[in-house]
Parts: sequence; structure tokens; C-alpha cells
Amino acid sequence: MEMLDLAFMQRALLAAVLVGITAPAVGIYLVQRRQALMGDGIGHVAMTGVGLGFLLNSSPVWMATLVAVVGSVAMELIRAYGKTRGDLALALLFYGGMAGGVLLINLSPTGSNANLSSYLFGSLSTVSSEDITAIAILAAFVVLVTVGLRRQLFAVSQDEEFARVTGLPVRALNLLIAVTAAVTVTVAMRVVGLLLVSALMVVPVAAAQQLSKSFRTTFVLAVATGITVTLAGTATSYYQDVPPGATIVLYAIGVFVLLTLLATPLAKRRARAAEAGAESCDAPLPPRPRTSDDVQV
Amino acid sequence: MTARESVISVRGATATLGARPVLRGVDLTVHRGEVVALLGANGSGKSTAVRSVIGQVPLTGGRIELFGTEQKRFRDWARVGYVPQRTTAASGVPATIREVVASGRLSRRRFGWLTKADKAAVEAAIDLVGLSDRAKDSVSALSGGQHQRVLIARALASEPELLIMDEPMAGVDLASQEILASTLREQVAGGTSVLLVLHELGPLEPLIDRAVVLRDGCVVHDGPPPEAVGQHALPGHDHVHPHAAGEPLRTGLLT
Repeated sequence: MEMLDLAFMQRALLAAVLVGITAPAVGIYLVQRRQALMGDGIGHVAMTGVGLGFLLNSSPVWMATLVAVVGSVAMELIRAYGKTRGDLALALLFYGGMAGGVLLINLSPTGSNANLSSYLFGSLSTVSSEDITAIAILAAFVVLVTVGLRRQLFAVSQDEEFARVTGLPVRALNLLIAVTAAVTVTVAMRVVGLLLVSALMVVPVAAAQQLSKSFRTTFVLAVATGITVTLAGTATSYYQDVPPGATIVLYAIGVFVLLTLLATPLAKRRARAAEAGAESCDAPLPPRPRTSDDVQV
Repeated sequence: MTARESVISVRGATATLGARPVLRGVDLTVHRGEVVALLGANGSGKSTAVRSVIGQVPLTGGRIELFGTEQKRFRDWARVGYVPQRTTAASGVPATIREVVASGRLSRRRFGWLTKADKAAVEAAIDLVGLSDRAKDSVSALSGGQHQRVLIARALASEPELLIMDEPMAGVDLASQEILASTLREQVAGGTSVLLVLHELGPLEPLIDRAVVLRDGCVVHDGPPPEAVGQHALPGHDHVHPHAAGEPLRTGLLT
């Protein structure tokens, strides 16, 4: 395990674990509210932040966080208040963010497309100790929100209207989810890259769903999957000299396929059991019990 | 003020969806312990009426009071159990019946951990709709009627004094309808007031004290439930009047 002796690999592995925890922890709420691709949009917007960081000679991680948070709040407001063509507004935001990033980084004296590429697809050797500090602080925030407010976020993502009637501050919670997702994008940016961030938010959740019946199990399995694939991907990237982001995402998809294959016989067995159970209690009922049902038209 | 305390009081409510007026001066009162059915054809404004009562549709005129408090200032949402019109209790991620029902407890315990009493209330609500043996199952494995029972259990989890239900019987099989009717009977016997949207009285008929019938956003009947002499006598079917020629035919089936 010589890679553990190298300072940059220690940083990369630490960042990988934090990404493996945070990305699925936020992603599960996005998947629950059927906004699986929101992370992708935020990733695009964050590129402008990276470009700004280079241009202003400040930390690209904090700049990206700032811009991603602003972008995600805008996306949430468009979702909540937008009328019919919300998708077009989102498209403008995505591509505007991406184009802005490319333009700004080329304008800056220190930035180059090679630099940008490490933010787009992730890179191990470039995770600095300042990056690690930023990543750790942001990750702590994400874990605090996603675990501490899980009952509230679950309710809001499950049935927004019902959540409002329970008196929850739904608007604030929606914004909090958006901001947390934006923060996660920037946490994951150094390791998996902006273009593949969304995959790590969604694929471990999709994989975990194959086996689980409850939200709690899905959450735990998704985070476990996240940590496993980020560590495995980072290690592979060290030994094989392949980009870490792509490796991690392909591992995640591998886990998804594996769990799906495992789940198929399990689901069949469950369905058989459910069928057997249903027959014993529903069998005596006639199929069309009410004659009045027949004369509705 | 009437002799009996009112839990819901709507006076002259008007509301629009887009440019279309949906409520055109609706008066609606539910007294404590009363079961009121809101009836009418599709598009008559019954869903909008209940959604305005719970503050989900803004009024353009008129006023609403809940438990004697102006609705805009009403904060005591744990006293209200709401069952929205849904065909499913599932979302993008698996969740068990217990997890979904527990979210109904948020109105009692908004932040912080669930106590023993909270958990007991959740179990009791699941038991009331007869799903105790399935509490650990994923809601996505349930039938349509069972989904509705989960949604009702979620509303009951806060031990509300007032139940507001939007078409709780839509798409529900007979077995579930009977269970829902008996659940509701128990609640009413325990003093719960109920406002429910229905498009036919069905197995709930014996429970209903009063029926309010809406047509085109106006109250056209407020009194004893219309007698159900065959299907066509039901208020959900009065839309076939010849003078409604300008309107699309609403069958009352596509709820």
C-alpha cells in the first residue's frame, strides 16, 4: 500500500471518502423528488465559478461554491414559481454557466484548458491541502443537513403539498436542498469532476433501490456504495493512470448492474410471496361488487 | 355565531385558476363533530374549495376561518389531517408504509427526534387503516386502495380534530372502501369533524350529516345528503343538463 505514504494520495483518498458520503446523501432527495439531473445542471453552472476563481486569482473551490449556490437557488425559484417553459430557463442557465466558465478561464492569465479539464473530469494530483480544508468543511455541512433534517427533507421530497399542510417551512427546505446539492457539487468537483458529479449523486441511489424497501436502507446502502466506488476508483486511478472521475462512475454503474442482477430473483420471490398473501385475503371478493359501478356513463 | 362551534367557516370565497373563476362566492361551514360531504361534477370547484381551506389555493375574495382563527394566521396544523387527492403514496425512492405515515407526525413534532408517544401514534394510525402487518413493506408494492389507506393513516398520525379529504374513495377497491368507511366511523365517533370531497356517496353515506353540492363554483345545495335513488340521482351526475351545452361533457369518471 505504497500509495498511502504519498501526501497527495492521502488527500485524494480523504476527498474521495467525503465525496462518496455526500453525493449520494443529497442525491437521494433529488431522486426522490424526481430531479435526478439537477446535479448535472449545477455542475454546469459551477464552471463559471471555476473560471471566475482563475480570473480573480482566488480559490476556484470557494468561487465555484458561491456561483453554484446562486445558480441552484435560481433553479429552485424557477421550479417553484416558473410557468410553462421552466425547462427552457433551466437550459439557458446550464449552457450559460458552461460557456461562461470556458470563456472566463481563457481570459485569465493563469488558467488554461488543461486546468479546466481537471475540474471537468477530476484529478488526483491537483487536490491541494487548501482544497481538502474546503472540502471537509463543506462535507460537514452536507452531512449535517441531509442526516439531521432527514425527516423534514423526506416529507418535502415525498409530497410537497402535504408537507406544507403540516406547517413545515417548505420553501426554506426546498432552497436548503438546492443549496446543499450545490455545495456537494463543489465538494465532488476535485475528485470526480463537474461533468460526472451528477452520476455519483444518482447512480448509487439507483443501485441501492434495487435491494431496499425502505428509505433508510436506501440511504445507508447508497452511501456505502458511494464510499466503495470512490475509494476503489481513486486507487485504480493511482495504479493504472486513468482519470479518477470516469473510473469512479464506471464502478458505480458496475455496482448498479450487479445489484440489479442480484435483485431480480429477489423481486420475483417477493412478488410470489405477495401474490400468495393477496389470494388468501382478497379471494372471496367478487370482481365487480357494486352494480351501481356499471351504470356510471 | 351559531350555537355550535364551527371548525371550518368559509364566507363568500372566490378563487381563480389562471383566468378562469373556479369559486364564485362559496359559503361552507363545518361544525365540530360534523361530517360534511362536498359533492359536484368534475370541474365544479370542489377540490379548489378544500385546497383553499388548507391554504394551498389563494382566495381572490371572501374569508376562511379554521377553528375560529383567520386562516392566514392559523398555525396549529396538527389539529388538521389532510388527505390530498393522489393515486399513489410512492415517490422516486422506496419508502415503507411506516416511513410515509410517520411524515404525518411532523405537524406535532416539527423538528427533533420522534418520542415514544410519536411512534405509538404512527403505529396506531397504521393499525386504524388495517395495514399493521405490512408496515415494513414498500408503498410501491401496494394496491390503489392500500395507497389511499396509507395516505389516510398519514393524516391520522397527527391525531387531528378535523379531517379534510379530497376524494378518498377514488380508485379504491371495495375491500378498502369498507375499511376506510369503518376507520372514518371510528374517528367520527371519537369526535373528529370531517370535510370530504366525494363524487358519489357510496359506502360513506350513512356517516354523512350534511352535503354541500357545488356547480360551476357556486353552492347549489346545502342540507341533508341527496337521496341516492339509483346512480343518476347522485349529484355527481347532474352535469348532463341540456343547458350546459357550451361545456365539454364531464362524465364524472375521470377523477
